[in-house]
Amino acid sequence: MILARVVGTVVATRKDPRLEGKKLLILKPVSPDGKDESGYVVSVDTVGSGIGERVIAVSGSSARMAEGCKDTPVDNAIIGIVDEVHLD
Amino acid sequence: MYFGRVVGSVWATVKNPAMTGCRMLVVQPLTPGLENTGKRLICTDCTGAGAGELVYWVRGKEASFPFLPDEPPVDTTVVGIVDEVHVKRLLPAPVEVPVAAKTPAPVHRKASRKS
Repeated sequence: MILARVVGTVVATRKDPRLEGKKLLILKPVSPDGKDESGYVVSVDTVGSGIGERVIAVSGSSARMAEGCKDTPVDNAIIGIVDEVHLD
Repeated sequence: MYFGRVVGSVWATVKNPAMTGCRMLVVQPLTPGLENTGKRLICTDCTGAGAGELVYWVRGKEASFPFLPDEPPVDTTVVGIVDEVHVKRLLPAPVEVPVAAKTPAPVHRKASRKS
Protein backbone atom coordinates (compact mmCIF):
# COMPACT_ATOMS: atom_id res chain seq x y z
CA MET A 1 0.00 0.00 0.00
CA ILE A 2 1.25 3.47 -0.72
CA LEU A 3 0.47 6.96 0.47
CA ALA A 4 -0.70 9.26 -2.29
CA ARG A 5 -2.27 12.66 -2.86
CA VAL A 6 -5.35 13.07 -5.07
CA VAL A 7 -4.42 15.49 -7.84
CA GLY A 8 -7.15 15.04 -10.44
CA THR A 9 -10.05 13.14 -11.89
CA VAL A 10 -10.50 10.99 -14.97
CA VAL A 11 -13.64 10.89 -17.09
CA ALA A 12 -14.08 7.95 -19.46
CA THR A 13 -17.25 7.27 -21.43
CA ARG A 14 -16.13 4.20 -23.32
CA LYS A 15 -15.00 1.69 -20.73
CA ASP A 16 -15.56 -1.78 -19.44
CA PRO A 17 -19.23 -2.04 -18.33
CA ARG A 18 -18.09 -3.25 -14.91
CA LEU A 19 -16.38 0.11 -14.36
CA GLU A 20 -19.61 2.06 -14.78
CA GLY A 21 -20.38 4.27 -11.79
CA LYS A 22 -16.84 4.05 -10.43
CA LYS A 23 -15.02 7.27 -9.63
CA LEU A 24 -11.55 7.39 -11.19
CA LEU A 25 -8.94 9.66 -9.64
CA ILE A 26 -5.36 10.58 -10.49
CA LEU A 27 -2.95 9.98 -7.63
CA LYS A 28 0.54 11.32 -7.04
CA PRO A 29 2.49 9.01 -4.72
CA VAL A 30 3.97 10.82 -1.70
CA SER A 31 6.51 9.76 0.92
CA PRO A 32 5.43 9.51 4.59
CA ASP A 33 7.06 12.90 5.22
CA GLY A 34 4.94 14.49 2.51
CA LYS A 35 7.35 14.82 -0.40
CA ASP A 36 6.14 13.94 -3.89
CA GLU A 37 7.51 10.78 -5.45
CA SER A 38 7.83 9.92 -9.11
CA GLY A 39 4.96 8.92 -11.38
CA TYR A 40 1.18 9.04 -11.31
CA VAL A 41 -1.48 6.35 -11.02
CA VAL A 42 -5.15 6.18 -11.92
CA SER A 43 -7.12 4.65 -9.09
CA VAL A 44 -10.73 3.67 -8.35
CA ASP A 45 -12.16 5.49 -5.34
CA THR A 46 -14.09 3.36 -2.82
CA VAL A 47 -14.22 5.77 0.13
CA GLY A 48 -15.38 9.08 -1.34
CA SER A 49 -12.09 10.99 -1.33
CA GLY A 50 -11.54 14.29 -3.12
CA ILE A 51 -8.85 16.43 -4.70
CA GLY A 52 -6.02 17.39 -2.36
CA GLU A 53 -6.67 14.62 0.17
CA ARG A 54 -3.97 12.24 1.30
CA VAL A 55 -5.11 8.66 0.81
CA ILE A 56 -3.99 5.04 1.06
CA ALA A 57 -3.96 3.18 -2.25
CA VAL A 58 -3.70 -0.55 -2.71
CA SER A 59 -2.42 -2.14 -5.92
CA GLY A 60 -2.56 -5.50 -7.63
CA SER A 61 -5.19 -8.18 -7.17
CA SER A 62 -5.87 -6.91 -3.65
CA ALA A 63 -7.55 -3.87 -5.22
CA ARG A 64 -10.36 -6.15 -6.38
CA MET A 65 -11.17 -6.96 -2.77
CA ALA A 66 -12.09 -3.33 -2.12
CA GLU A 67 -15.77 -2.58 -1.68
CA GLY A 68 -17.68 -2.82 -4.96
CA CYS A 69 -14.63 -3.89 -6.96
CA LYS A 70 -15.21 -7.64 -6.90
CA ASP A 71 -14.63 -9.17 -10.35
CA THR A 72 -13.92 -5.79 -11.92
CA PRO A 73 -10.89 -5.00 -14.11
CA VAL A 74 -9.20 -2.86 -11.44
CA ASP A 75 -5.60 -2.97 -10.20
CA ASN A 76 -5.46 0.13 -8.04
CA ALA A 77 -8.00 1.28 -5.47
CA ILE A 78 -8.22 3.96 -2.78
CA ILE A 79 -9.18 2.24 0.48
CA GLY A 80 -8.66 4.93 3.11
CA ILE A 81 -8.31 8.65 3.77
CA VAL A 82 -5.30 9.47 5.95
CA ASP A 83 -5.87 11.47 9.14
CA GLU A 84 -2.33 11.41 10.43
CA VAL A 85 1.06 9.87 9.72
CA HIS A 86 3.30 9.48 12.74
CA LEU A 87 7.03 8.98 12.08
CA ASP A 88 9.26 7.82 14.92
CA MET B 1 8.72 -12.02 1.96
CA TYR B 2 10.98 -9.08 2.66
CA PHE B 3 12.80 -7.54 5.58
CA GLY B 4 11.69 -4.17 6.89
CA ARG B 5 11.96 -1.79 9.79
CA VAL B 6 8.90 -0.14 11.35
CA VAL B 7 9.47 3.61 11.17
CA GLY B 8 6.01 5.01 11.86
CA SER B 9 2.27 4.52 11.84
CA VAL B 10 -0.76 5.78 9.92
CA TRP B 11 -4.22 6.71 11.16
CA ALA B 12 -7.25 6.70 8.89
CA THR B 13 -10.83 7.07 10.09
CA VAL B 14 -12.52 6.80 6.71
CA LYS B 15 -11.50 3.43 5.33
CA ASN B 16 -12.82 0.24 3.87
CA PRO B 17 -15.15 -1.40 6.43
CA ALA B 18 -13.20 -4.66 6.19
CA MET B 19 -10.15 -2.83 7.54
CA THR B 20 -11.75 -1.71 10.77
CA GLY B 21 -9.34 -2.47 13.60
CA CYS B 22 -6.34 -3.04 11.31
CA ARG B 23 -3.17 -1.30 12.46
CA MET B 24 -1.20 0.38 9.70
CA LEU B 25 2.55 0.87 9.93
CA VAL B 26 5.09 2.78 7.85
CA VAL B 27 7.78 0.25 6.90
CA GLN B 28 11.21 0.90 5.40
CA PRO B 29 12.30 -2.13 3.29
CA LEU B 30 15.76 -3.50 4.12
CA THR B 31 18.37 -5.70 2.45
CA PRO B 32 19.52 -8.91 4.20
CA GLY B 33 22.47 -6.79 5.33
CA LEU B 34 19.86 -4.54 7.02
CA GLU B 35 20.57 -1.49 4.88
CA ASN B 36 17.69 0.68 3.65
CA THR B 37 16.47 -0.13 0.15
CA GLY B 38 13.55 1.28 -1.82
CA LYS B 39 10.67 3.53 -0.82
CA ARG B 40 8.85 3.40 2.51
CA LEU B 41 5.40 1.84 2.31
CA ILE B 42 2.27 1.30 4.38
CA CYS B 43 1.69 -2.20 5.77
CA THR B 44 -1.16 -3.59 7.82
CA ASP B 45 0.00 -5.50 10.88
CA CYS B 46 -1.07 -8.85 12.30
CA THR B 47 1.77 -9.23 14.81
CA GLY B 48 1.65 -6.20 17.07
CA ALA B 49 5.01 -4.86 15.87
CA GLY B 50 6.05 -1.46 17.18
CA ALA B 51 8.34 1.41 16.35
CA GLY B 52 11.90 0.50 15.38
CA GLU B 53 11.27 -3.23 15.23
CA LEU B 54 12.81 -5.46 12.58
CA VAL B 55 10.02 -7.34 10.82
CA TYR B 56 9.25 -9.30 7.70
CA TRP B 57 6.35 -8.52 5.45
CA VAL B 58 4.55 -10.03 2.45
CA ARG B 59 3.36 -8.43 -0.74
CA GLY B 60 0.40 -9.29 -2.94
CA LYS B 61 -2.94 -10.95 -2.35
CA GLU B 62 -1.33 -13.18 0.30
CA ALA B 63 -1.14 -10.07 2.49
CA SER B 64 -4.85 -10.44 3.29
CA PHE B 65 -4.59 -14.10 4.35
CA PRO B 66 -3.67 -13.42 8.01
CA PHE B 67 -7.07 -11.73 8.41
CA LEU B 68 -9.14 -14.66 7.09
CA PRO B 69 -12.10 -15.18 6.99
CA ASP B 70 -12.19 -11.39 6.47
CA GLU B 71 -10.75 -10.27 3.17
CA PRO B 72 -9.50 -6.71 3.67
CA PRO B 73 -8.17 -5.01 0.51
CA VAL B 74 -4.53 -4.90 1.56
CA ASP B 75 -1.40 -5.71 -0.47
CA THR B 76 1.35 -5.49 2.15
CA THR B 77 1.22 -6.96 5.66
CA VAL B 78 3.76 -7.38 8.45
CA VAL B 79 3.60 -11.11 9.24
CA GLY B 80 6.51 -11.61 11.63
CA ILE B 81 8.89 -9.94 14.06
CA VAL B 82 12.53 -10.90 13.50
CA ASP B 83 14.55 -12.14 16.47
CA GLU B 84 17.84 -12.88 14.75
CA VAL B 85 19.33 -12.82 11.29
CA HIS B 86 22.28 -14.91 10.20
CA VAL B 87 23.69 -14.05 6.80
CA LYS B 88 26.83 -15.67 5.49
CA ARG B 89 29.23 -12.88 4.71
CA LEU B 90 28.45 -11.70 1.19
CA LEU B 91 31.41 -11.66 -1.15
CA PRO B 92 31.99 -8.32 -2.84
CA ALA B 93 30.83 -8.09 -6.42
CA PRO B 94 33.59 -8.80 -8.96
CA VAL B 95 35.33 -5.62 -10.08
CA GLU B 96 35.06 -5.03 -13.79
CA VAL B 97 38.24 -3.83 -15.41
CA PRO B 98 37.52 -1.13 -18.00
CA VAL B 99 38.57 -2.18 -21.46
CA ALA B 100 40.84 0.83 -21.96
CA ALA B 101 42.71 0.11 -18.76
CA LYS B 102 43.66 -3.38 -19.81
CA THR B 103 47.32 -3.82 -20.53
CA PRO B 104 48.01 -3.69 -24.26
CA ALA B 105 48.61 -6.97 -26.00
CA PRO B 106 52.29 -7.79 -26.09
CA VAL B 107 53.93 -6.70 -29.31
CA HIS B 108 55.60 -9.57 -31.02
CA ARG B 109 59.04 -8.55 -31.92
CA LYS B 110 60.68 -9.88 -34.95
CA ALA B 111 62.91 -12.82 -34.42
CA SER B 112 66.27 -11.69 -33.17
CA ARG B 113 68.41 -10.46 -35.99
CA LYS B 114 71.38 -12.33 -37.03
CA SER B 115 74.46 -10.54 -35.92
